[in-house]
Amino acid sequence: MNAATGYNFAYLDEGTKRMIRRAILKAIAIPGYQVPFASREMPMPYGWGTGGVQVTAAILGRADVLKVIDQGSDDTTNAVSIRAFFARTADVAVTTRTREATVIQTRHRIPEAPLSEGQVLVYQVPIPEPLRFLEPRETETRQLHALAEYGLMHVKLYEDIARHGHIATTYAYPVEVAGRYVMDPSPTPKFDNPKMDDCPALQLFGAGREKRIYAVPPHTRVRSLDFEDHPFRVQSFDRPCALCGAEGVYLDEVLLDDAGGRMFVCSDTDHCEERRADGHVGTGGMEAAHV
Amino acid sequence: MLARGFSDPVHDAQGVFRAVMDALARPGTLQPLAATLEPPAPLTPELAAIALALADADAALWLDEALRHDPAVADFLRFHTGARIADAPSEAAFALVSDAAACPDFAAFAQGTPAYPDRSATLVLAVCDLSDVEGWRLDGPGIRESARLAAAPLPADMLARLARNHAGFPQGIDLILAAPGRLAALPRSTRVQEG
Amino acid sequence: MYVAVKGGEAAIANAHRLLAETRRGDASVPELSVAQIREQMALLVDRVMTEGSLHDPDLAALALKQARGDLIEAVFLVRAYRTTLPRFGASEPVETGAMTLRRRISATYKDLPGGQVLGPTFDYTHRLVDFALAAEGEAPVASQAEPLADAAHAPRVTDLLRQDGLIEPSAPDDGSAPGDLTREPLDFPADRALRLQALARGDEGFVLALGYSTQRGYGRTHPFVGEIRVGAVAVEFVPEELGFAVPLGEIDLTECQMVNQFHGSAEVPPQFTRGYGLAFGQSERKAMAMALVDRALRAEELGEPVGAPAQDQEFVLAHCDALQATGFVEHLKLPHYVDFQAELELVRRLRAEHAARRAVPEMKEAAE
Repeated sequence: MNAATGYNFAYLDEGTKRMIRRAILKAIAIPGYQVPFASREMPMPYGWGTGGVQVTAAILGRADVLKVIDQGSDDTTNAVSIRAFFARTADVAVTTRTREATVIQTRHRIPEAPLSEGQVLVYQVPIPEPLRFLEPRETETRQLHALAEYGLMHVKLYEDIARHGHIATTYAYPVEVAGRYVMDPSPTPKFDNPKMDDCPALQLFGAGREKRIYAVPPHTRVRSLDFEDHPFRVQSFDRPCALCGAEGVYLDEVLLDDAGGRMFVCSDTDHCEERRADGHVGTGGMEAAHV
Repeated sequence: MLARGFSDPVHDAQGVFRAVMDALARPGTLQPLAATLEPPAPLTPELAAIALALADADAALWLDEALRHDPAVADFLRFHTGARIADAPSEAAFALVSDAAACPDFAAFAQGTPAYPDRSATLVLAVCDLSDVEGWRLDGPGIRESARLAAAPLPADMLARLARNHAGFPQGIDLILAAPGRLAALPRSTRVQEG
Repeated sequence: MYVAVKGGEAAIANAHRLLAETRRGDASVPELSVAQIREQMALLVDRVMTEGSLHDPDLAALALKQARGDLIEAVFLVRAYRTTLPRFGASEPVETGAMTLRRRISATYKDLPGGQVLGPTFDYTHRLVDFALAAEGEAPVASQAEPLADAAHAPRVTDLLRQDGLIEPSAPDDGSAPGDLTREPLDFPADRALRLQALARGDEGFVLALGYSTQRGYGRTHPFVGEIRVGAVAVEFVPEELGFAVPLGEIDLTECQMVNQFHGSAEVPPQFTRGYGLAFGQSERKAMAMALVDRALRAEELGEPVGAPAQDQEFVLAHCDALQATGFVEHLKLPHYVDFQAELELVRRLRAEHAARRAVPEMKEAAE
């Protein structure tokens, strides 16, 4: 018990941690399979990262260094709130540096800096079931996973191609893990999907409201679903970050005025800051609206 | 006198869990495990630490014959974990096996179902020797290209058992091998071949 | 003007300070005490306890004060507090047949042992705003009735029906502990005990609307209010080390037993079926709606066609919890600009391709 907060280390009681830890171990042993767990009511709302927070709370130790990002940024309100929660209840060291962190909790992005062995990336997941929008019933989707029957998903993606000429899924783009389970990567942009493949870090996924935990062990094959004639492709931006000049990174579009002025900047704020500290400079620029 | 449990229950349990998690996430790697417990023999400090970290009223333990022989082992585990000691191996979430060479066939333990493969046992085997530079060749999730692992003592047909276990994926059991001061794991996802 | 990078931490702290000030409202108006809320907003307190799954009127009243009267926010506070409480075990089943009644009505019998007891009810009040209440006068005193001779003996209507075999028996108690969806993830199909737990915790508005839908034909059950009873019951607990029941105290409950259309088969003669509702405090609307939905969810068990929303347990149980619902709806307030950017990029590309396709025939025309 932490005298300062009146709560156990990392908030959760030890029994709850054990229950979550057992689920994490099974999730790692069965990559991509969603393990049901008795998600607890947390002091933040469902849908705001309760699954990720429970996973982080269950793995965190005193020696860990925690980084929390939302939309790639360390300073968005929800990232600040969750980081403060752990700083208060677990008294762990926190950082905004991807390289310094041992545990990174994220919502919607994978950092640009390559992850390393020994790191754990914890994803907040709203809807863990990749088949949910094709089949709303849990009893049905569970059966489809048991049979590895993923035809529905291919049909859906192909319907997109027929209608739009492209697969119209731009985020939460389904992946196949280790050749078996189709998995929802959480609502990260598909830009980040290739980073999941053969990633040196352990990836853990927590869905609090839906009560599921799943995992991708390090160095595991993660393949984005696609078709021979329509191979998987990530988004690309036709300009570098306006602040640090980075190319090949995911950018946020910032509106500057009501006359169409906008700039594109790194979504990963730590990556951007580090580059600028190293002397990289972007055009900084306003651009006319011409997209 | 009952032997004591973790001196720092919160952080000791977290440390043991992280060692087990890292071992399962990176099959074939050896994870250090500072064993500070002095449980009644033949329960090893490593088996005891894993049980105390992960078992409780919601996760029953099964003990092999050698561990059942002295009731002090069950008393120690019951007191410190609150876990039920299962009579049938199929009812246990964790099986503690101190005489690894005599480990019952994996089929005796919960394998999970096609819809719920997670409802399966984790076997914790006490071994004397554990090495990641020689022995079997491992590949699969968690392993960059391939890894090696040797452990002893183990049942003579261990390789065939592991092959059957892997072939049943996603059902099957997961294995933790605990030697003095360190442990390694072989989840069902790992393919194990002759070195 | 790129300012969005830093400042989140300070902004959050400031917003919380502003919230505290706003919560208090005009400082020249006396502050509400927790006791005032508990005593004078009692039905709201009951609802917070019911949906919060925790019987603690003072805590529920405090939560309402902290939440500025936002019901779901108050439920949230109570639930989050509840999770941190040590769990000693389950009480003995409470005996609602031995309830100290404050109110007890039956719609199926004009009179019955124990009588009809109206108690404190809005029923039959004319909903005219009572401006006298704004004047904060003396509290009116209720008249004392002569206690009925048989007031102490008010058997449940369903027990009376059961004596004649007219209603299905209650499921026998097989001694197994009921499941607890706060301790184990909900798995489908969920048994009746788990469904009742989910409905009891469920949002009153959602359960009410579902119950209403069964009355309008989406899964009709032909319900009669066999009985609604409101009052106090004793709670007893058997500590492992003692081995006998010790009383913990009394709690107020509202119980509703719906008597529904009969049912029978070649082996079993026709008999009425049951729908059950139970809530903390005086929560009649909730208990009734719960009983309607409970009965609707038994459709499959009773061999009835299943198709209406209220009969669909995955639909009902996955969506009845106000905290889950509000959390996920309100999370749309969180930044989603990374995903929106991904969608923007695709829409722009599709629009560019669309424009290109349209441009091609025009060029062809020009060439001709």
